[in-house]
Amino acid sequence: MIGTVLTALLSHWRRRPFQLATLLLGLSLATALWSGVQAINAEARKSYAEAASILGGGLSELVRTDGGVIPVKTYAALRKAGWLVSPLVDGWLSAEGGRVRLLGMDPFTIPQGTGIAAAVDPSLYPELIGTNGKLLANPATATRLPELKDRLRVIEDLTPNMVLADITTAQELLNLAGFSRLFLAPNQPLLRPGLASVAPKLAIKPPATANDLGRLTDSFHLNLTAFGLLSFAVGLAIVHGTVGLAFEQRRPVLRTLRALGVSARRIVLCLIAELLTLALVAGALGIVVGYLMATALLPDVAATLRGLYGATVNDALTLSPLWWLGGVGIACVGTAVAAANGLWRVARMPPLAPARPRAWIMASDRAMRWQAGGAAVCLAGALGAATVGGGLVSGFVLVGGFLTAAALFLPMILSSLIALMARWSSGPIGQWFWADTRQQLPGLSLALMALLLALAANVGVGTMVASFRATFAGWLDQRLVSDLYVTVEDEADIPALMAFLEDRSDAVLPIWHVDAEVMGAPAEIYGVVDHPIYAANWPLLSALPDTWRQLAAGTGALVNEQLARREEMSLGDRLPLPGGWTATVIGIYSDYGNPLGQVVLPLDALTRHYPDVDRSDFGILVPEQNRETLTAALTEEFGLPEDRITDQGAIKEFSLSVFERTFAVTAALNFLTLAVAGVAILTSLLTLASMRLPQLAPAWALGLTRTTLGKLEFIRALVLAALTFTFALPVGLVLAWMLLAIINVEAFGWRLPMHLFPLDWAVLGALSLGAAGLASIWPAYQLAKRPAADLNRVFSHER
Amino acid sequence: MLLDVHGLKKGFPGSERQITVLDGVSLSLDAGEVVALTGESGSGKSTLLHIIAGLEPTDDGSVLFDGEDVCCMDDGGRAALRRSSIGIVFQQFNLIPSLNVRQNLVFHARLAGRAASVDLPALAASLGLADHLEKFPEDLSGGEQQRVAIGRAVASEPKLVMADEPTGNLDESTGQAVFDLLLALARRTGAALLIATHSMHLAKAADRRLHLSHGRLTE
Repeated sequence: MIGTVLTALLSHWRRRPFQLATLLLGLSLATALWSGVQAINAEARKSYAEAASILGGGLSELVRTDGGVIPVKTYAALRKAGWLVSPLVDGWLSAEGGRVRLLGMDPFTIPQGTGIAAAVDPSLYPELIGTNGKLLANPATATRLPELKDRLRVIEDLTPNMVLADITTAQELLNLAGFSRLFLAPNQPLLRPGLASVAPKLAIKPPATANDLGRLTDSFHLNLTAFGLLSFAVGLAIVHGTVGLAFEQRRPVLRTLRALGVSARRIVLCLIAELLTLALVAGALGIVVGYLMATALLPDVAATLRGLYGATVNDALTLSPLWWLGGVGIACVGTAVAAANGLWRVARMPPLAPARPRAWIMASDRAMRWQAGGAAVCLAGALGAATVGGGLVSGFVLVGGFLTAAALFLPMILSSLIALMARWSSGPIGQWFWADTRQQLPGLSLALMALLLALAANVGVGTMVASFRATFAGWLDQRLVSDLYVTVEDEADIPALMAFLEDRSDAVLPIWHVDAEVMGAPAEIYGVVDHPIYAANWPLLSALPDTWRQLAAGTGALVNEQLARREEMSLGDRLPLPGGWTATVIGIYSDYGNPLGQVVLPLDALTRHYPDVDRSDFGILVPEQNRETLTAALTEEFGLPEDRITDQGAIKEFSLSVFERTFAVTAALNFLTLAVAGVAILTSLLTLASMRLPQLAPAWALGLTRTTLGKLEFIRALVLAALTFTFALPVGLVLAWMLLAIINVEAFGWRLPMHLFPLDWAVLGALSLGAAGLASIWPAYQLAKRPAADLNRVFSHER
Repeated sequence: MLLDVHGLKKGFPGSERQITVLDGVSLSLDAGEVVALTGESGSGKSTLLHIIAGLEPTDDGSVLFDGEDVCCMDDGGRAALRRSSIGIVFQQFNLIPSLNVRQNLVFHARLAGRAASVDLPALAASLGLADHLEKFPEDLSGGEQQRVAIGRAVASEPKLVMADEPTGNLDESTGQAVFDLLLALARRTGAALLIATHSMHLAKAADRRLHLSHGRLTE
């Protein structure tokens, strides 16, 4: 009997293949966008775990408290004193498409159980040791290092974007005289002298975990998840509309089935089986599309994470069966959510309930008021979360609540606007048009809400990205004060370089720095010389009077915005620095795109407190006409390769290209969400087309031609899209403000000024009209060409 | 006795007071008997039929079908009764629009597990639908749709066929033809027939006539 009931239920879809396609399309798209984003997040997290296991392997380490290099003699002293330590060199190599991490280890002392020891087969040790020792890399990383191809040994399963080598090879390639840190073997001799007596400048650092990088990148992944969720919600709007309508259209069939002896329980079970089948088909389709989408977007995401956080993420997807199951699962959950209301109504339906598909699309004013009440509750909840709570999650609750409220308010706002238009229109066609539009609104409201969300997200995220771009470009102009940037190969060349540049440049500005921990987190400490160009250009957000004079006098330090926000520091506060000294904060500057805290000191203070400072980078001020000549002379005199001399323009171009790549994923998800909303409108219009005949037939009978009715359908779609866009614009701008003033500050530690881009809005407005116009062309054409007999049948059914 | 209805009461909430539709209705029906139920529009004919079929609950009274009280059955029990023993013909036809005539005709029989015994060509021929088996309901006239509904009801070999104004949506001559067909099929299959109609002319062809007025049944 189940088979017979299912035959009757499924025959509905056979007779309405378009409705079935719509349902499958909506669910597949929703699943694809959600599972695609999850695939990217899963791959990134897997890479973090791999990297953390290689870098730490669960062992504590000894590091310099001032962040400097550990001298060989300190290492030797520790070994002599009985400390079981193993040296590690950690640095970055220039490679095609960004940097590659180089780890140098000592095969003789590396503790078993570390990630590195586990990654390298001991049989390879002889190849690593000695002059021209081999470097180990996975195939993808190896192709990015063509200059080292003779020394590379390819190992299939090695962590991406990472090269392993013997410690002396790493020291040679990184031009490093000491070690970055020392692994502490888990079992140390009990009667060894204390660390303070053997190596007073070293401290024990607990093991690194995947969570360290995970915490840093959480905001990025949360952003992606939020977008995935938004797209999923927009996709579910299509499913909800289609399933709800299908239930309502089949009410007569359900009633007949009840009359013919099928119990309500059995009907509900059959409907669940039907939905489960559809969810499995659409889910399978969705995860394939999601996989393809993730594969296409992952290289950009990997580049973003490398650029923003220095995280190494594989460029290729390796997904577990759990992900595939999760994709199908989310399709089933989505279907259940979208169909829950319909199923509940069927389960409670009396056997003789009349079919009311028209009533289904006609929401009452009361329902609209309930919806507005729900919107008010959402808004209040969002504001409450923002006021009471704090942090990134509260920020997202605010954004989510605000967008939901805006979507729920939309039908009421559109209804009021249409009523206003109806009052202003005088002709009979105009009056009928507005009345008919208002009547059609409930059936289209879900699709229009999806469109509103997509448009508002576009305006909001677009404004944020464009504001960021404008600010970033201006900031680069300020921050890149030098005309040429030079990195020397050997610090011994520095005196000769200074002498060489003395007559050939306007000024030489050392860009020396040391990586250290400031207030418990990784940071960079830079030193600057006293030069007026800094005062003229440096992007200070707030500063004490006479900042640069005070800095030159050695009475204070500048900090970047993210450090100031993270530690809640303001001007005049004392900043504790590595090595046990403090400096007064005399200025706070913007430092977009940098995940680390940063401190700027006078150069002599930097070298005095941190003698092991990296002195290889210099900025040179030189007139534009002399740049090429100077570059050529530097290359000839010091044998510097091309990548060690960069002009300001090239750095700007590179930085902006990294910026664009960073937001490529956001742009792609933005576009996909808008596309899904367009599909939602198309499906709603086509679904409603057949049900609107009772409304259209009287107008036709009274003298409106079918062509006129078709044109009016087209215009109606444009009008509704235009009104929705008009509402989406302020919603999007508020969203942009929330992203810039709340989410960005919580996620990255910097606040950006908000710029307005009316031209972008005009383009988006035209796009939304285009999408609505395209979506309505086919239904309007179908109506214009509809046989008169179809319209006549409406009257014959009235007998 | 196939059907024994006793002291049936049913009311609906009105705007000011409860409206009593059935006020202690009793009737009985033997196997193979044809009974016409007449009454004005709104007199409660449909309600009585729906209660007998277990489609609507009663306020009071009992409906014994083959000795079992329909009112005491749960939803599953009432559904099983309709599936196996009762065929219903509605005024609005209530065919399944996405199934063709062939599928609609055997649908109830399939639910009852009696599809194998349906002689579809003979049934279709007797209904005058032999040439329409592959058509869908929307392609048929009202009379043709009602003939499919009758065919569906009798194909499942029920003990009782109930028809609720089966000719209400049809013109006079088509209505007469449909009624004659229903009568002939019921007699041929041996099913009892309880037919609600407001046409006294059609009612005259029944074995017995019952009239429902002001909630009371008179013979």
